[in-house]
Amino acid sequence: MGKVDEQLRQSLTTDADGEMQQAAPHYAPHDLAKEDPEQLKHYYYMMLLMRRFEERTGEMYTKAKIGGYCHLNLGEEATVMGLMAAMQPEDYIYTNYREHGYMLARGADPGAVMAELFGKETGVSRGRGGSMHLFDRKSNFMGGYAIVGGQIPLALGAAFALKYKGEPGVAFCQMGDGTTNIGAWHESLNMAKLYAVPLVAFIVNNGYGMGTTVEKGSAEPDLYKKGCAFRMFGERVNGKDVLAVRDAVRRHREMALNGEPTILECVSYRLRGHSVVDPARYRSEEEVRAGRSEDPVQMFAKDLLDAQLVADAWLKETADRVEDEVQKAIDFAEQSPDPDIKELFTYMYATPVANTPGAEEALAAAREAGGEH
Amino acid sequence: MAVITYRQAVHDTLREELRRDENVFLLGEEIGVFEGSYKVTAGLLQEFGPRRVVDTPIAEEGFVGLAAGAAMLGLRPVVEIMTINFILVAIDQIVNHAAKIHYMFGGQCAVPMVIRTPGGGGQQLAATHSQNFEAWFAFVPGLKVVCPSTPYDVKGLLRSSIRDNDPVIFLENLALYNTKGEVPDDAGDYTIPIGVAEVKKEGSDVTIISYSRMTVLALDVARRLEQEQGISCEVVDLRSLRPLDKPTIINSVKKTGRAVIIEEDWRSYGVGAEVAATIQEDAFDYLDAPVRRVAGVEVPLPYSKVLERAALPSAQNLIAAINQTLEGVRT
Repeated sequence: MGKVDEQLRQSLTTDADGEMQQAAPHYAPHDLAKEDPEQLKHYYYMMLLMRRFEERTGEMYTKAKIGGYCHLNLGEEATVMGLMAAMQPEDYIYTNYREHGYMLARGADPGAVMAELFGKETGVSRGRGGSMHLFDRKSNFMGGYAIVGGQIPLALGAAFALKYKGEPGVAFCQMGDGTTNIGAWHESLNMAKLYAVPLVAFIVNNGYGMGTTVEKGSAEPDLYKKGCAFRMFGERVNGKDVLAVRDAVRRHREMALNGEPTILECVSYRLRGHSVVDPARYRSEEEVRAGRSEDPVQMFAKDLLDAQLVADAWLKETADRVEDEVQKAIDFAEQSPDPDIKELFTYMYATPVANTPGAEEALAAAREAGGEH
Repeated sequence: MAVITYRQAVHDTLREELRRDENVFLLGEEIGVFEGSYKVTAGLLQEFGPRRVVDTPIAEEGFVGLAAGAAMLGLRPVVEIMTINFILVAIDQIVNHAAKIHYMFGGQCAVPMVIRTPGGGGQQLAATHSQNFEAWFAFVPGLKVVCPSTPYDVKGLLRSSIRDNDPVIFLENLALYNTKGEVPDDAGDYTIPIGVAEVKKEGSDVTIISYSRMTVLALDVARRLEQEQGISCEVVDLRSLRPLDKPTIINSVKKTGRAVIIEEDWRSYGVGAEVAATIQEDAFDYLDAPVRRVAGVEVPLPYSKVLERAALPSAQNLIAAINQTLEGVRT
């Protein structure tokens, strides 16, 4: 725990001196020679897959193939990939409702994710959850949650269970910047520290909670400092830099495994509005232009080209491959069956008990809808 | 048979379940070192240690959510909310999370947790500490809600609740903790199924439907009326509010033709409203009189002993309702 204590001490000292950087560190070139080229190429491929998946998702939404609310990860690809690159199979993740990319990067089949958005039986949550409620037990993807902050106590519980059972692994709790203002944040982080559980609070600071800026929502706009009330180590990284995020997550993961829960703030940018239907008029053109000029996917492509790890032809091939995969995901979703109305009550309870309402009503509803569905 | 208190029944069952299953752990405010605000968990910290008996800060939303998250990974948390009045700050985790996770994610993950909490008035605890919120939770698909009235039922239902794979709200009642009842002598491992009511007393003139503390009151009234006025009351103890055992209610009303519901919660939109609707839907043709409800007066419960007594449902209220129901029969 010596290293952890030292890091904590440094963070507190720096705070007291008021020397912390206000802005995220600038995008800085990495020494890519130290990296495994195949891994870097995979990061790029996955970031592009997220990009195209989300762009086409927006398109499918406007075609009314997707209902409800729909929030895209556009602009956050490096943050998502950096986290997933450092997470291990034994780790757990809880996210908010802007989570399509996280599930893709955790290894889910894009077709099953798109099918969920289409509300189909083949979706990752069998069409019961939709865009905001993706879940995959196999990869410890423990759900997208659409009540802001609701996922934090749950992730705390996962971390608690890991420690209770003596199992390796860390619970990661992804959330937006606005989430650090809700009560669940404070209660959960306090307990995480008291119980010394392996939790990393992973904040994606894209500058806005819907249309409210971080500064308008949080009296402490340096979100990584908000753990000071719990003596919790916090750090801010450039969320447009996939390797910076990955390396930070690795450090935080180690601390968490040592019983030191942490906060990691990734400064990112939303290329579009809060949700698909939000024109984002609250942002100035100048700001949006500046935000888009630092496109994490394009910047990473340039890094790979500059380091001569890939050529233009590879980028083109990758783009074609991604295009094809996303189209296949859409086709799969399109062709998948709707859930059967007879199954309306199927997942109501894990332990069925007497007098539970439902089964008969579901059958009646199915008959009314035209018999066998 | 041994005679033990309701409090002892909760305590003993928690202890047995902690011994039986390593995945069971207790969580709540003041349950360890302080031994519980109502001493239900007395001695358990010493026996099982701080890993299994976890004292929490005052943060109901946080620790109820912690329990749900731990349950998602296969543990079986039993949360104590000191009294039901404090559950409101945790309602998002109960209603939007614990109750939704299994269904909303297509059956991939169960949430096997219990929240036990005492409610009820009559202790001069005034408006914010004397409430009955059972209807709030019984309203929510995805939850199971049980409300035992006797030490025997406490043991059987608490075992079932802890072993169940869904979130269960286990409602105790402050005024019942010192009441006594028989339980089997041997460490008999009986369970009582969730969702099944019990006819606690058979009768032929009128059905009284009740739960938790009101069942104790109803049984007392039923015995008195039988002895003093020769009225034969059948008492149905709901035991579970979700699922509601409609067949037992309907069968009893079909037999007696009359029903009075007594509940400690507020009258409008309360449990009695649901039961009355059930009866008129499924036993209308059997009714010889309108269904009547006896419930709490719709005010924030006052501190003054006189006012508090006037606001809570009483034996006199119940007797009056029964007599109204039987009007015309006995003249």
